[in-house]
Amino acid sequence: MAHPILEFDRGREVEFNFEGRRIRAFESESIAAALVAEGVLTLGWSPKRRRPRGFFCGIGKCSSCLMTVDGVPNVRTCITPVRDGVEVWRQRPLGELPEAPPPEAKAGELDVDLLVIGGGPAGLSAAIEASRLGARVAIADENVRPGGQLIKQTHKFFGSRENYAGVRGIEIARILLRELDGLSATWLTRATVIADYSGRSHDVVVSTPEGPWRIRADAVVVSTGAMENMIPFPNNDLPGVMGAGGLQTLMHVFGVVPGESALIVGAGNVGLILAYQLLQAGVDVKAIVEIMPKIGGYAVHAAKVRRMGVPILLRHTLRRAVGRERVEGAEIVRVDENFRPIEGTEESFDVDMIVLAVGLTPSTEIPRQAGAAWDYVPELGGPVPIHDPYLRTSVEGMYVAGDSSGIEEATTAMLEGRVAGAHAAAELGLRPDRAEGVIKEALRQLESFRSGPFSAKVVRGKQRVWERAREVIG
Amino acid sequence: MSEPGVIPEDVLAELLPPDEKAEGRAVAVIECHEEIPCDTCRWVCPVKAVIKPAITTPPRCDWDACIGCGTCVLACPGLAIFMVKLDGEWAEVSVPYEFLPVPKRGEVVWALDRVGRRVATAEVVRAVTSKDRTSMVTIRVPRGLAHSVRAILPPEDGTGG
Repeated sequence: MAHPILEFDRGREVEFNFEGRRIRAFESESIAAALVAEGVLTLGWSPKRRRPRGFFCGIGKCSSCLMTVDGVPNVRTCITPVRDGVEVWRQRPLGELPEAPPPEAKAGELDVDLLVIGGGPAGLSAAIEASRLGARVAIADENVRPGGQLIKQTHKFFGSRENYAGVRGIEIARILLRELDGLSATWLTRATVIADYSGRSHDVVVSTPEGPWRIRADAVVVSTGAMENMIPFPNNDLPGVMGAGGLQTLMHVFGVVPGESALIVGAGNVGLILAYQLLQAGVDVKAIVEIMPKIGGYAVHAAKVRRMGVPILLRHTLRRAVGRERVEGAEIVRVDENFRPIEGTEESFDVDMIVLAVGLTPSTEIPRQAGAAWDYVPELGGPVPIHDPYLRTSVEGMYVAGDSSGIEEATTAMLEGRVAGAHAAAELGLRPDRAEGVIKEALRQLESFRSGPFSAKVVRGKQRVWERAREVIG
Repeated sequence: MSEPGVIPEDVLAELLPPDEKAEGRAVAVIECHEEIPCDTCRWVCPVKAVIKPAITTPPRCDWDACIGCGTCVLACPGLAIFMVKLDGEWAEVSVPYEFLPVPKRGEVVWALDRVGRRVATAEVVRAVTSKDRTSMVTIRVPRGLAHSVRAILPPEDGTGG
């Protein structure tokens, strides 16, 4: 089926081996996406009870899709591209290490001024600003394609003209990548940062398909994004229960629609936008349930799906997912003022997808491993590295930007990235006067973007973090 | 408590043009009442008819200045802008549309209200698609529906009935 917004360039057809079966796929697909497209919804089993596990996050953050690929166990198949002839086995339930030692890998080494970890909106913006100011920049990104979550955002962004308002996220990704192309940054794709051993400078270990890399950098920007939240309900691990972002990845990056009907949990902007995107992909959206007495997202996003006939059920929650090997239905229930289910108000839907849009948690593994001070800040989605308005953490030369500094959205991520990238360059003594102008302008735009009531919560969280920063950052 | 995604009646009344402003000419109807950080409509307007002092101030349309060009309908990231032209017993309503197929002039489609109810069948008067793939579909509905029809749905059997 044609998509109203996207065109899929699927590339060459390839064939791989899945548990003795030959499966056709396209070279642009990840292994997990190719399997889901083929109707393989069980990607693994839980270790103890051997319950089936399906596609959930799609960006290498959860562990639902770990498989043994060409003899290597625990490969995140959602961020591993398919290749001709690759051997893929599910694990029952855990993979086994191969007996033979791994082939000698050639290690790479690199010396840069700034290493950006994560090539999404924040990371790309940081890399662009720092490169423009003359810094030698490397970007490590672990996904099949760079651009972070922008590459699946088919909707047009809000904001001001200088921040790409009215432009679709997918197009913003192209603009940023093109801009960076013209600069001299080094890309490490499918590269996972394992650790940052910081001393006077940063000594970073990066795992790549070719082997490990060691990168020495004077500064590091951590723009590693976030991980989708799960909520407790019976059968929440059934294949067909997916994160909203995971489903967006399947639909918009790989052109795979893994079902015909859906129930969405959560009426924040993510849930509302996803409902609209599911309609565009031809999926029957039965309802959006929201436990709070009002929606969390913008009224205009809600209006878009209401006028297409999608109900938004406030004060409702998911009671259970129904099904044995995969989702076959969803049971919802109304809740009282204390969010307790009201017996007798249960309602059932025949759906094959239950999509969770119940918030995100910042991905902060690297700063925490490196010893950065952090705090649990509910307004920012959980644990965040303490940072000042310039995005500096308590580890010298380490910055955070975007969702990994607190859950917000892509426009603020780009602005934070610009501040962090420019500040890092200035600290290295590169054109500090020009950097100052960039920082001032980006901070001004951030303040303006965050001036409305929808940002009040984030601003509260940020202010608390900035206050703590005065204590922990010298 | 108002219905989610439906603008409360009293707020909506403020956003709709008085009849005389839309009689015989199309004007924008901006159904965006929250303080969200966006001002796309303001800077795309070729005649500066969108009043929006700050990025989080809800926009208002200056209906005397509006020329009914539809630029804002195609550009609004919230798909929250429509156009209405009153014409005797009829009205033309233009809605943003991002589904396939885009109906063609002369086709008959369902006219939906703000909660997706099929309130009429309507003939497509015009359909344009922007470079970034948002379409604007203009349909003809009875005048009384000018301010309640806000979406379209192609008929299942292609006849609109």
